[in-house]
Amino acid sequence: MATYAVPGGSATRLTAKRKRRWREQMIQAVLFLCALLSVGTTLSIIWILIREVWAFFGEISPLAFLLGTRWTPLVEPRSFGVLPLVCGTMLVVVGAALVSIPLGLASGIYLSEYASNRVRGLLKPILEILAGVPTVVYGYFALTFVTPLLVRIVPSTQVFNAASASIVVGIMVLPMIASLCDDALRAVPRSLRDAGYALGATDLEVATEIVLPGALSGVLASFVLAISRAIGETMAVALAAGATPKLTLNPLESIQTMTAYIVQVSLGDTPSGSLEYRTIFAVGLLLFVMTLSMNLLANRILRRFREVYD
Amino acid sequence: MGIVSHNLVRRRQLGSLFRVLFLAATLVGVVLLALLLVEVLRHGLGWLNLQFLTSYPSRFPQQAGIKAALWGTIWLIALTAVFSIPIGIGAAIYLEEYARRGWLSTVIEINISNLAGTPSIVYGILGLAIFVRWLGLGRSLLAGALTMSLLILPVTILAAREALRAVPASIRLASFALGATQWQTVRHHVLPAALPGILTGVILSLSRAIGETAPLVMLGALMYVAFTPRGPMDPFSALPLQIFNWSSRPQAEFFGLAAAAIIVLLAVLLTMNAAAILIRYRSQKKLRW
Repeated sequence: MATYAVPGGSATRLTAKRKRRWREQMIQAVLFLCALLSVGTTLSIIWILIREVWAFFGEISPLAFLLGTRWTPLVEPRSFGVLPLVCGTMLVVVGAALVSIPLGLASGIYLSEYASNRVRGLLKPILEILAGVPTVVYGYFALTFVTPLLVRIVPSTQVFNAASASIVVGIMVLPMIASLCDDALRAVPRSLRDAGYALGATDLEVATEIVLPGALSGVLASFVLAISRAIGETMAVALAAGATPKLTLNPLESIQTMTAYIVQVSLGDTPSGSLEYRTIFAVGLLLFVMTLSMNLLANRILRRFREVYD
Repeated sequence: MGIVSHNLVRRRQLGSLFRVLFLAATLVGVVLLALLLVEVLRHGLGWLNLQFLTSYPSRFPQQAGIKAALWGTIWLIALTAVFSIPIGIGAAIYLEEYARRGWLSTVIEINISNLAGTPSIVYGILGLAIFVRWLGLGRSLLAGALTMSLLILPVTILAAREALRAVPASIRLASFALGATQWQTVRHHVLPAALPGILTGVILSLSRAIGETAPLVMLGALMYVAFTPRGPMDPFSALPLQIFNWSSRPQAEFFGLAAAAIIVLLAVLLTMNAAAILIRYRSQKKLRW
């Protein structure tokens, strides 16, 4: 804003104007601080995790932590190899992906390519409600419904098991995949579909050979984001998957995930500053790094493989 | 000719087969939601009565209730709203109306979308280290509300930005043309127009905070509280925490209590969702541009 003469300008009007400009700048500064708080949050997460993990690695070597195959930090003889927890998390994540990716993608295709507006208007809110159910409720559902069902099918199933947890985590992330796939598929322009139909393609061929490849970046990104959420999912696995860290590929056994371990420690009364207390930061850092890289990967996929339509 | 038509029949059959498959996959979600609700109602309705709502937790299932947890949740959400709504809307206004395209706004944007994908338990670790220990707030409502605010801030900001973006540029230009400053334009024209959308987003993100459990477990919020909080520095329990506690017990009676508490929690969430949908619907009818 240039300082030109105000028509009929008097000193009072000039000060009024200066006052107003000062107020404007103050408001902008305050709003900027609000936006900056989010950066501050990330930095504090990183700072806190690294500070405690630094102290942790003073006593336990990083290699023994990352490559060790026994995780018994709370009982003697203590051992701090994180691989059993990572293995437990992966078991749940793979199971959840097997449940949610086919169902979620198929739902997304149905919503975007087949459903009439009325059906869509009915199904979308239902999926939104499913996405809004708190995770602890899914944990309850796993214990009272999914696990008994599994036990009836395979009697050797343990009371706490990875399969039950992965099924409910899969249900939990299903709406997210469906809704993101739906968005991505709907962004493909109508003209491409019409061109397909004009060449004699059927509905299915248009959907899978024209629209799906056109929306591939969005679809893949939704898978990665869903996996990232499954890695960080806490309450359902804490309730249903058990508390026995072990290296196993059998989904019917009791395991422990990284998140469930953090919950287990914070439920007990571990004195702050002790080695046990620091393990939650070490596991937390690993968790944060994993989900962060998944999120960044999803971002990259979106940018790198985006088809731009105009 | 014969081959082509034979082929066409097969392609059409395959097409209708997959149409049914896609529909079936979509209905799985619907069926699961119904199953979950039926399961919870079947176990919980018998436990749900006035005494359940007005009693404190107890070792004896018959006498246990959710009074402390319900009040804790109400306090927690009210305080979370106080912190997260102004900051979230402020950040959204800055990013939509003030920020120039540049590296800083790119960093902030990427950062917010990453924070939205950070597991809630990591926020719990953050809250434990900063609010509970470093600031010495202890296991208080205030520490819980501050942690929850940080947790839902990214979602609030994203929703508020979307609402601001939906306000057409012509409204801002008209205001500037009449000599209004940036803030006057935002305050008197953009914000009122975007308010229904912002409100919807705020309600939805607060409803996320109501259901969150992991951060509260990390903060060390109590599972057994035999009083209702009087102020922000009091220790507290919360509904999802109570559900978690009852679900992790082996006795079947406590599963019934958990189910009853879930019914209350879902009722609160559905009411909030309905309010959000209603606001969205009414504002769409009133739109003038």
